[in-house]
Amino acid sequence: MIDQSLALSARGVRMEYRDRSTHQGFVALESLDLDIRQGEFVSIVGPSGCGKTTFIKIVNGLLQATAGEIQLRKIGKGREDAMVFQDASLFPWYTLVDNVSYGLVCSGVKRKEARERSVPFIKLVGLDGFADKYPYELSGGMQQRANLARALAVDPSLLLMDEPFAALDSQTRELMQAELLRIWNEAQKTVLFITHQIDEAVYLSDRVIVMSARPGRVLADIRIEIPRPRSLDVKRTTEFVRYEEQIWRLIAKQIPAAQSGSEA
Amino acid sequence: MTQASNLFPAAEAGFRTIRPRTRVKRSRVSRWYRRHERAVLGATGVIAFFLLWQVGAWVGVIDPFFFSSPLAVIAAGIGDVQTSVFWADTKVSFFELLIGSVLSLALAVPLGIVIGWYQRLTYAFDPWLNFFNALPRIAMLPLVILWVGLGVEMKIFIVFLGGFFSIIMPTVEGVRTVDRQFLDVARSFRASQRLLLTSIVVPATIPFIVTGIRLAVGRMLIGVIVAELFAQTEGLGVMIARAEAAMRSDQMMFGILIFTIAGILTTEAVGILERYFQRWRPSSEEVEEGM
Ligand SMILES: Nc1ncnc2c1ncn2[C@@H]1O[C@H](COP(=O)(O)OP(=O)(O)OP(=O)(O)O)[C@@H](O)[C@H]1O
Ligand SMILES: [Mg+2]
Repeated sequence: MIDQSLALSARGVRMEYRDRSTHQGFVALESLDLDIRQGEFVSIVGPSGCGKTTFIKIVNGLLQATAGEIQLRKIGKGREDAMVFQDASLFPWYTLVDNVSYGLVCSGVKRKEARERSVPFIKLVGLDGFADKYPYELSGGMQQRANLARALAVDPSLLLMDEPFAALDSQTRELMQAELLRIWNEAQKTVLFITHQIDEAVYLSDRVIVMSARPGRVLADIRIEIPRPRSLDVKRTTEFVRYEEQIWRLIAKQIPAAQSGSEA
Repeated sequence: MTQASNLFPAAEAGFRTIRPRTRVKRSRVSRWYRRHERAVLGATGVIAFFLLWQVGAWVGVIDPFFFSSPLAVIAAGIGDVQTSVFWADTKVSFFELLIGSVLSLALAVPLGIVIGWYQRLTYAFDPWLNFFNALPRIAMLPLVILWVGLGVEMKIFIVFLGGFFSIIMPTVEGVRTVDRQFLDVARSFRASQRLLLTSIVVPATIPFIVTGIRLAVGRMLIGVIVAELFAQTEGLGVMIARAEAAMRSDQMMFGILIFTIAGILTTEAVGILERYFQRWRPSSEEVEEGM
């Protein structure tokens, strides 16, 4: 029996891609273990190519692991999980409201009702008034917010986010971070968040998971003991900077180039 | 302005001044012209061509026996439309075109989507599609006549062949090149197979289908003429052939004109359809109009 307070429990997850031409195995994830409690905000950082996207896709069901097991807890009447993709990946042929309601339509809600139900989520991400615009009429930041609204609209217990703010400018990103914390706080969701920005991970999270270089494993699991609610000023405190440095050193050790660079 | 150049004498030497667009007040005629420039110049080109042709025929530079003249073609047309045989021929030709194109569209689009969607079907059908697409369909004519005779069925079949392969090839291609990212989004939300098709595959493939239809219009028109010329039973192709036997270049030209107009109208209709289905795309024309 797994712990009732867990939202996600991954045991020994292994992913081996098979090369199409050589049929050689290519190990992207090696026995990854991870527990996330309900309501927790957990970030994953790690060198590029270490298997972060692979892991989140396995959790989402887009990929099947080669070995290992993942348990997801479903609470409430919404979905277990929903994914916010790195590229906004809105359907260009749908208006904003049809894009945001897409997840609902997928779970069998009638289109008209789905549209009505997605209106509050469009408001939540500050896009009211744009419901009937096509994606090409929205800025990159607006598209990314629509992407978030699309995932929130299916009311998932677990929100999976793969570098959702990577394409945003720094001001918009900070606004979105604050917004995300507000939504998370309000909606009582569990969040699994992938990022390359260490400050973003520290600012948002209860725990930051540092992954090793490929094949990916959990290298460190760092609890961020900064009290909430966190204002943006918290990023300038020594406590915050200490966390950043600790995580940065762990990642740097995983990148051979960075290692030799720091010694030179 | 003069003040500015006094303040910055270097502007003369090393700077290029970029000024805002100045709005010149234009006369009504000039504004009207600028708005309709495209149509005006297009019409001018067409009219100039016909004028030169007519004048050439009058002066004797152009031999009316071979090339007729615009007025003669119009006269022939006026004569033709008063005969019942002309209307019978027109009806036959358009009936063949209509049935052939509806059949080819109704079969090529769903088949193309299914074949493109299932990789195994793509692999299995690819050689055949390529074979029939490369095959000069006109060369099939005698064979088709052997199968179904010289009647309307044969001509419909030729039209169908022209349309079907023109549409199915890009349709398959369109389905196969649907962006993976979109499919991932849909699967991530556990979209049903049906929703995957209607919400992603079809809208993403429509530009490809339209390309196919554009190609098909020309090929189906060629198909119907060649089939009619070959079968020599009835239709506008036969009308052209009869005019040829009577050495009436004006009548031949009138027949050709009707096919051309049919082609232009159909292409325009496809364009309207295309703009409707692709209103989610920023069109380059819209940007130009904004200027
Ligand atoms: N479909 C695939 N087929 C084969 N190999 C793949 C596939 N997808 C990813 N990989 C490989 O698996 C490894 C992990 O990829 P993944 O996308 O999970 O990395 P990531 O941690 O998300 O990297 P980044 O931070 O750059 O996004 C990479 O080395 C990549 O080459
Ligand atoms: Mg990734």
